[in-house]
Amino acid sequence: MAQHTLSVLVENSPGVLARVASLFSRRGYNIDSLAVGPTESPEISRITIVLNLEGHALDQVSAQLFKLVNVIGIQEMEDKNSHQRELLMVKVNSAGDNRSKIEAVVGKYRASIVSQATSSLTIEAIGSSAEIAALLGELSSFGIKELVQSGLIALENGDATLAERTLQETGLASSSTHSQTEDYQN
Amino acid sequence: MASEITGAQALVNALEDSGVDVMFGIPGGAILPAYDPIFDSKIRHILVRHEQGAGHAATGYAQVTGRVGVCIATSGPGATNLVTPIADAQMDSVPIVAITGQVPSAAIGTDAFQEADIRGITMPVTKHNYLITDPAQIPRAIAEAFYIASSGRPGPVLVDIAKDALQKMTSYNYPKKLNLLGYNPQIEPNSEAIRDAASLIAQSSKPIFYIGGGVIKANAAKELLVLAELVGAPVVTTLMARGAFPDSHSQHLGMPGMHGTVAAVTGLQKADLLITLGARFDDRVTGKLSTFAPNAKIIHADIDPAEIGKNRYADVPIIGDLGPIIKALIPAVKAEFAKNKADITSWWKQMNSLRQKYPLGYNEPSDGSLSPQYVIERIGEITGPDGIYVAGVGQHQMWASQFVKYEKPRTWLNSGGLGTMGYAVPAAMGAKVGAPDTPVWAIDGDGCFQMTNQELVTCALNDIPIKVAVINNESLGMVRQWQTLFYKERYSNTDLHSKRIPDFAKLAEAMGCVGLRCESKGDVDKIIKEANAINDAPVVVDFSVHRDAMVWPMVAAGTSNDDILIAKEMAPDWDSQEL
Repeated sequence: MAQHTLSVLVENSPGVLARVASLFSRRGYNIDSLAVGPTESPEISRITIVLNLEGHALDQVSAQLFKLVNVIGIQEMEDKNSHQRELLMVKVNSAGDNRSKIEAVVGKYRASIVSQATSSLTIEAIGSSAEIAALLGELSSFGIKELVQSGLIALENGDATLAERTLQETGLASSSTHSQTEDYQN
Repeated sequence: MASEITGAQALVNALEDSGVDVMFGIPGGAILPAYDPIFDSKIRHILVRHEQGAGHAATGYAQVTGRVGVCIATSGPGATNLVTPIADAQMDSVPIVAITGQVPSAAIGTDAFQEADIRGITMPVTKHNYLITDPAQIPRAIAEAFYIASSGRPGPVLVDIAKDALQKMTSYNYPKKLNLLGYNPQIEPNSEAIRDAASLIAQSSKPIFYIGGGVIKANAAKELLVLAELVGAPVVTTLMARGAFPDSHSQHLGMPGMHGTVAAVTGLQKADLLITLGARFDDRVTGKLSTFAPNAKIIHADIDPAEIGKNRYADVPIIGDLGPIIKALIPAVKAEFAKNKADITSWWKQMNSLRQKYPLGYNEPSDGSLSPQYVIERIGEITGPDGIYVAGVGQHQMWASQFVKYEKPRTWLNSGGLGTMGYAVPAAMGAKVGAPDTPVWAIDGDGCFQMTNQELVTCALNDIPIKVAVINNESLGMVRQWQTLFYKERYSNTDLHSKRIPDFAKLAEAMGCVGLRCESKGDVDKIIKEANAINDAPVVVDFSVHRDAMVWPMVAAGTSNDDILIAKEMAPDWDSQEL
């Protein structure tokens, strides 16, 4: 599959997002979505990147990313072992008898109506990329006036945390080093 | 509690505590506070004539000494003039630290006078960079910069410091310990990888050492010699690795790549195993990548994990410092050889036949004019393998890599990755500062020389007696060669008229150097010896050479190494070779 989700722990220092963006742009890696925010530690931020890799190996992307001095840890988030969500806000045309139909769709997707106006409803939804895409597909027949979407965020299932994994490892070797070594040991 | 000092004094103290003995720079408004304590510092500051010269000088110094080179400039144009040498150092993995002044922190982002976002500009061409607005952060940033520049895969680090941070008072603490969460280069190799590499080496009947500049960076040339002699395989050294393995050694096939020897290029193509040490499968070496070394397994040892698999899949990746890697490979290979060792005699027969049939060579111009290759060859022979040779970029660079014989690491400097014309004179200046007792020859082209020769003034005034051979073919020679080969001899904008203007010898004299001229073969030795005898001033020799000389062999850009030509439209006679 060409699409991958990477969780990247970075030092919370000025310019770090620019470094990541500059690297991706320079090396021709396509970003589908990007979300940056604080973590449990004030010194560390977390970037979740959804990448569309055509013609580039994920190992190579990780290795290049890990060369950035401010990047502390990288892990791929896979569907099977992580919880992945994105946030959608969408303003839908509610003229005529659309309103009740929209409410039915909103109920079906466990979304919510956060604002009502004379000719539109503003809907908020949280879901997986597939759920959000399906919801948007259904809403599009009513006429979408405006929409905004967050980048995807993801968290690994289970007790393990990315920070523990990264900071407790001796040598802090990059994920790519590891996968290289693993490949190599197989 | 220690008394407070200015940020500028903290900067100078931190540079001293980082072991800096020399730096190259030019003052200006934003960096001016730093120049006041520099006036009293034990660090030698060499006032250059252009910031680009400062950057390349730092690089030349670093490449010769193995220490971190330092350059310093003011904000805005001072900083942007450093961008080319910084990018150059990044491509060639040279440890330099660039210090730049920045406009006062309150003015950052206002398009203030001489403001440029040099941190943003240099992000893609530095190993790391900093913007410092708090004087208390200066010592740590400097200490980290030197550590990052010199450890792991070396590279340039820029520290941009706002003027008010230089002016404000702070207490000074040079950090004893650095805690870089995201930076910890792997030094020791994985022992299993070493064993697997050794096993592949023992099984290979057509092995070849593909040696890159990393061997020189890792100071591992001695270990390489031991390993290479143990394995007994042919060795090729890339443009960045010339000197990592003695040219006089019988196992050495020369340089691979676009202008490599037939034996080195073909050796890589026909091998069944590439023992790749500190090289990066650059396009100038591989030619068309999909046709490169098609039957070879790859052992790829490098300190930078991102080089593994970047261009070519590695069957056995080894991440770590090449010193420990080669030291670990030696006993591992011995242990494998004790069990079995494939016969490589027929492989050597092929390689020996290639190098006997296709040695490097050149034809003297038929009109009796001076051959550029001859000049360069004689400079190398007369000055000897203890000299340091610094090239610009173009034909003269390739000839200097082909016809000067290198026996020792850190005696050959050039701009390999970025291909920066104008590199030679300032880099030679830095090299001479780093190795004051060694003769340093800049072998430059007339095009390159006109880009940065102003640093000869710096050399003349600061007792830096370099020697410059201007290989004057009155054209942008390599571009002209491509026009000859690929653009039907339509010489668009490559004629520099530099046998007429400028007069290089007079220009040299005007800059406080000795200016010499050489136009005939009979004078070459005499003039080189005359230049070598001058040690109290820089010397420039204008060698007026034939303009139609070309660099051969050649693998045209984007084509396969199998299509190497030994002269125009002339391929090696493959049919007579058993390959």
